[in-house]
Order: sequence, then structure tokens, then C-alpha cells
Amino acid sequence: MAANDPALPLLSVRNLSVDFRTDEGRITAVDDVSFDIMPGEVLGLVGESGSGKSVTAKALMRLNPGNTIYAPESRIVLRDEGREIDVLALRRARDLMVVRGGRVSMIFQEPMASFAPAITIGRQMEEQLLLHTGLTRRQARAHSIDMLARVGISDPAKRIDQYAFEFSGGMRQRAMIAMALSTRPRLLIADEPTTALDVTIQAQVLDLMRGLVAEYGMAILFITHDLGVIAQMADRVAVMYLGRIAEAGSVRQVIRTPAHPYTIGLLNALPKVDDPDAALTPIPGDIPSPLDRPSGCVFHTRCPQAMPGLCDRRVPLLAEHAAGHAAACFALDPAEAPA
Amino acid sequence: MSAPVPEHPIHVSLADLSVQFALGRPLFGKPPMVRAVDGVSLDIPRAAFFGLVGESGSGKTTLGRAILRAAPVTGGSVTYRDAEVEYDVGSLDKAALRDYRRRVQLIFQDPYAALSPRMTVRDIIAEPLEVMGLTTSREETDERVRDIAARCRLNLEHLRRYPHAFSGGQRQRISIARALVARPRFVVADESVAALDVSIQADILNLLKALRDDLRLTILFISHDLSVVAHVCDMVAVMYLGAIVEVGPSRAMFAQPRHPYTAALFSAIPSLDPDERGRGQRLEGEIPSATSVPPGCRFHTRCPFARDRCRTESPEWRQVAPGQHVACHFSEELAARMNRPGRRQT
Ligand SMILES: Nc1ncnc2c1ncn2[C@@H]1O[C@H](COP(=O)(O)OP(=O)(O)OP(=O)(O)O)[C@@H](O)[C@H]1O
Ligand SMILES: Nc1ncnc2c1ncn2[C@@H]1O[C@H](COP(=O)(O)OP(=O)(O)OP(=O)(O)O)[C@@H](O)[C@H]1O
Ligand SMILES: [Mg+2]
Ligand SMILES: [Mg+2]
Repeated sequence: MAANDPALPLLSVRNLSVDFRTDEGRITAVDDVSFDIMPGEVLGLVGESGSGKSVTAKALMRLNPGNTIYAPESRIVLRDEGREIDVLALRRARDLMVVRGGRVSMIFQEPMASFAPAITIGRQMEEQLLLHTGLTRRQARAHSIDMLARVGISDPAKRIDQYAFEFSGGMRQRAMIAMALSTRPRLLIADEPTTALDVTIQAQVLDLMRGLVAEYGMAILFITHDLGVIAQMADRVAVMYLGRIAEAGSVRQVIRTPAHPYTIGLLNALPKVDDPDAALTPIPGDIPSPLDRPSGCVFHTRCPQAMPGLCDRRVPLLAEHAAGHAAACFALDPAEAPA
Repeated sequence: MSAPVPEHPIHVSLADLSVQFALGRPLFGKPPMVRAVDGVSLDIPRAAFFGLVGESGSGKTTLGRAILRAAPVTGGSVTYRDAEVEYDVGSLDKAALRDYRRRVQLIFQDPYAALSPRMTVRDIIAEPLEVMGLTTSREETDERVRDIAARCRLNLEHLRRYPHAFSGGQRQRISIARALVARPRFVVADESVAALDVSIQADILNLLKALRDDLRLTILFISHDLSVVAHVCDMVAVMYLGAIVEVGPSRAMFAQPRHPYTAALFSAIPSLDPDERGRGQRLEGEIPSATSVPPGCRFHTRCPFARDRCRTESPEWRQVAPGQHVACHFSEELAARMNRPGRRQT
């Protein structure tokens, strides 16, 4: 088997569009999203609540429910040891296993949802290892205890026999991180992995992830609302709004010189520790219903720079305005924007 | 270990409160006990936006649940007072408990676990009104549900859907709406904005502040997001291993933390500057077991300043600045050497 080619993306997502069938009609959750992740790269994914981040993440593991419709042109390609896996074409359960806990593993946004309530944490961690590695049960248990210790859980040898409800919120989240990392995945999908952690333990967990990136080139799709965590972890960042990528670039570009009005609004809404008197300023306007997506640029209903007659009619495409820094906004396009 | 604020009457006060859980089920003898909340005394003034921060697993959720009578209290007491009633929460009879449950509400940390998958969002939000009989007609209930849903930035068409069809942040707003619909006097908000993007988060925090100002709602705000706490909370308590180690006005504490744990915590706030990666203090040393709390100061195994006295003698609770109390032998001496809070700059 050939090793992974470091020059080729580990993961390529092209024109991913995801709809859901619901009683009220079809809902578009993801609309024409494309991105690559290189081996050893950390891609941050940020954006509004409900903008399609988790749906995108679950598509990579084919975990969206039965009412999901993937548009026919959508492609997700995972490159694994010289093979190209066409993820959306996988049919058999044993093929799907490769992207579900084998080469790809996921830290879910809601820890309670991912541990079965009546099975101990340890049993679930061990099963995962037996399924995807060659370890024996005894080795799997020892390895699981070690992983729990590495995410800062005290008394791991006793705690491993507890149930999820006996853990605090942050301990559950750490157990899930330990489980996801224990199989040494090539690609880690981390969906809000540190929301329940205090900042010192969060720093320890981020150090652990960074260590695996450096050690064997694990790649991470890192979804979070915490822009400080993005600044600490990501190489590149993509910003989503209502199913579309509004902006993408290196972490320095996006945080220091945000280009899309949505990203600028998001950064302005951040509470600043230095100035506790500053008012918290949300992005004005109503959040559109996914049943009734705005025409043209999906952000135009809330955009301070919207140009009537243009932004409400045509859809701006993601275009580079500086090397490696792209945004989907007519105001940045010299051919469209008024001088 | 109380921090009275003269101009406010106290809304909820805890006296030497303890909650323990068994760790494991040994065949013989008693299991070791996790001391989740270990003798906490605390006064929460009326209409306070009161922050509770601290290490993961230190007992914050358990403390919040004890106030709601949803945790097995093993010692101490919780007293609730408002203009109409005064309750010793541990010894409420059935009628009083019903009344108490109307006054005090919890917004859960894990919305996935809290929302019934078989109820529509409208029914989930309406349930407290219906169970407590607070409205007289379906129209009135719908009116109240729509009003609070809109204030929590939920789309009204969404009310007929089931919770699984929502994103994490949308589910979190559903549980906030459900907790607020019955107009409680006291709310425990457990990581209630953690799954929201900063713009919607700012919206919800502004809503909570408005309710505090208009209705004199008291909020116990449990959060790991220290920049949010610095912004919205007027007082903060810091928990470590079942105990409160520092409490005080949030402004003074963020300007000058007095306990080494608080200082370590503040220094680890992730910076918005990508060139400051991996900075901030890591806590070295052994993480103590929650079943055998270290003797002396419970933080000494990881405290960079620990001395002999800290290993044997438990620190007294002392006032170090107006309203700011700390449990550390060497606070004054250390104040100058400890880190200032991390900076977030755009
Ligand atoms: N099973 C489903 N059926 C119908 N709609 C769904 C389903 N799952 C998700 N959605 C909708 O798809 C949209 C995107 O959801 P997603 O969970 O990806 O958001 P998100 O970006 O992860 O948000 P958050 O930051 O709040 O977690 C939302 O409007 C959500 O209501
Ligand atoms: N129902 C329970 N059964 C057994 N142990 C429990 C239970 N609930 C909490 N504990 C234990 O009590 C301790 C404190 O947990 P708690 O949930 O209060 O922490 P927390 O400060 O809220 O942490 P986090 O920030 O991670 O949510 C932990 O050691 C936890 O394992
Ligand atoms: Mg999500
Ligand atoms: Mg908790």
C-alpha cells in the first residue's frame, strides 16, 4: 500500500449541497460548498448558528438522517493510502466503517447524544478500538485509561467504569475526545469539541490535538464559535452563513483583515475582555428562515453594504481578492462595486 | 464565607452546602464518595448577574442543581427569599415545592438531553405554562410562547417542528425559551450560550440583561467563556474541586485575581492573536482525585506557589479588597507576582 501523498489533499469536498425533506417543504442546509484539507492541516469552520456546519461535518461520515438529499453534483473524496474513496457513493456497511471511526473520527457537538446511556464509558471506548484496531480487549482497556488520563480525567481507572450521566458535562466531552483520538484517525472532525471545558483544560486538550498533528500528520476539521480557539488552532478558516461559504483564507487573513461583511459583523460582536463596558453588538436584522432563503446574496437582508438591484438579485461567487484569501461579496469586486 | 452586598437583599443563600456521589459499586464496604460540592457557603443578591466559573468537574452544575432541589444534598442548606416567600429549600412540603418550581428555573447544559424528541417545539416551550396552570386559554398560551420564542431569536414557523431538526444553537435557544416562559424569579443558566455564535450570543445576553433590569430576575450564570462572564456578570465565584476559592465583583477580579487558580484560569483565555499560540499558563502537577481531597489547601498539588503551610493548613476565607474574598494563605504576597488576565484583541 502506498503512503499518503503529502501534496494531495486528504479530503476534497466539491459542490456539496444538502437539502432536507420536511413537512413544510424542502430546506436547504448546505448550498454549493467546496473546500480541501491537506494532511496535517487544521481547517477552522465558523459561522452562524444553523448555517450548516454540523450538516457538512456529518456528510463527511454520511451520518445525516433519512430525510437528507445530497445534490447529484456533490462530491466528497477521501484519499487514503493511495486509494480515492468516493464517500457519497459508499453503499455497504463495511465500506462506510472506513469513514466512521476508522480513518475518520468525529467529536460530536452534543456529548450526551454520542454515549449510550446504559453502557459504561469504558465499554464504548473499548468497542471502538476492537472494531478499528488490532488491539485485544485488555490492551484496548489500558489504552482507553491512558487516553482518559491524557484529557485530564483524574482516577481514570475508576472513572472508566462509570456511565455518561455520572460524568460532568466537560468530562463527557473529554471522554468523547479521548475516544475519537484513540484510534489515531487520519482526519478528525471536531464539532464544537471544547464548549464544555474550562480554559486551562481546553488548553491541555488543544495541546494534545496539536501534538497528534505534528506527530503523524492528523488533519482536523475544527468547528467552533470560539474565535480565540480558531486563532490558536487553525491554519485556514472558512466562514459559513446560511449554507454558503462567505469567506475563506489563512487564519491571519480572516481574523486580522476580514473581508466579508458577515465576518466583520461577527468579529464586532465579540465581547472584549479589555473593555467590559463596551455594549455587546449583535449583527442587526432577523435571521432568515431556511424555508425562505433570501434571493441573490443570502446575507443581503442584514448587510450594511448591500447594493439594491445587485445583491438581492445575483449570487456572488467566492473569489480571491488577495493570495489565498477569498470572499463572496460584490462590494469586493471592482467590476461591480461603486468606486 | 459570604460576600454580603449591602444595598441588595439576598435572593438565594447557601450555607455549608455539600453534595456527594458514590464512585463505583464495590462488592464489600462503602464506595468512595465524590465530594462534588464540599461545604460551600455563598450569598447571591437579588437581581444579580452572578457568574460561576471553574474547572470542569469542580461541581458547578451540581451546585446549580442543588439550588433547584435536583441533586442529593448531603449537608448544609439552601435558603430562598423573595418579596413574597422565604423557603428552606431542603424541607419544602408538596405545595411549597410546586410554588418554588415556578419561581426557580434551570436552563440545561446539554440541550440534547433536555428536549423530548416526541414533542413539537411549541409544546416543549408551552409545557411549563400548562403544567403550572399559568394561562387560561390556548390563545393566551400561544401568545406567551410566540413572544418568548421571538425574543430568543427563534423562527416562528419552526414551532411546529421537532427538536431533532434543529442545529445545536437552535436547540439551546429552545431550552432558554422554555425556562423563561413562566417568568421565573431566579434562573440557573448552565453553559446556556456555549453553542451560539457570538452574534446570537450577544442577542441572548442582551435579553437576559433586559430581563434582569425589567423584572429583577436573578441569574446564576455558569460559564467557561470568561470574556462573556467579564461582560455580563457583576459578581463572580470561582470553583475548584468542590469548593469556592474566590468570590467578588467581576470587574475587580478580572483586573486583579487574588487566588492562584483564578490567575491561572484567566491567563489561559485563548488569545485572538494567531501569533500567540500555546501561551498561557498550564497547570502542572497531579490532578487530585475528587474522592480524596488533598489536605490543607485543596489547590496545593497544582499551585505554582505552594509552600509547606499550604500542604497542612486549610486557608481561611478572607476579604482582600472591597467585596472580594479569597481562600489563600499568601494572597497579598502573591498578588504582585500573579498573571494578569489574557488579552483578546481584534
Ligand atoms: N434532520 C433535519 N431535518 C430538517 N432540518 C435539519 C435537520 N438537521 C439540520 N437541519 C437544519 O439545517 C440547518 C443547518 O443545521 P446545522 O446543524 O448544520 O447548523 P450548524 O451550523 O451546525 O449550527 P450550530 O452552530 O447551531 O450547531 C438548520 O437550519 C437546521 O434546522
Ligand atoms: N449523577 C451523578 N452521579 C455520579 N456522579 C456525579 C453525578 N453528577 C455529577 N457527578 C460528579 O460530581 C462531580 C462534579 O460534577 P459537575 O457536573 O457538578 O461538574 P461541573 O463543574 O459542572 O463540570 P463541567 O464544567 O465539566 O460541566 C464530578 O466528579 C462528577 O463526576
Ligand atoms: Mg452544529
Ligand atoms: Mg457542568
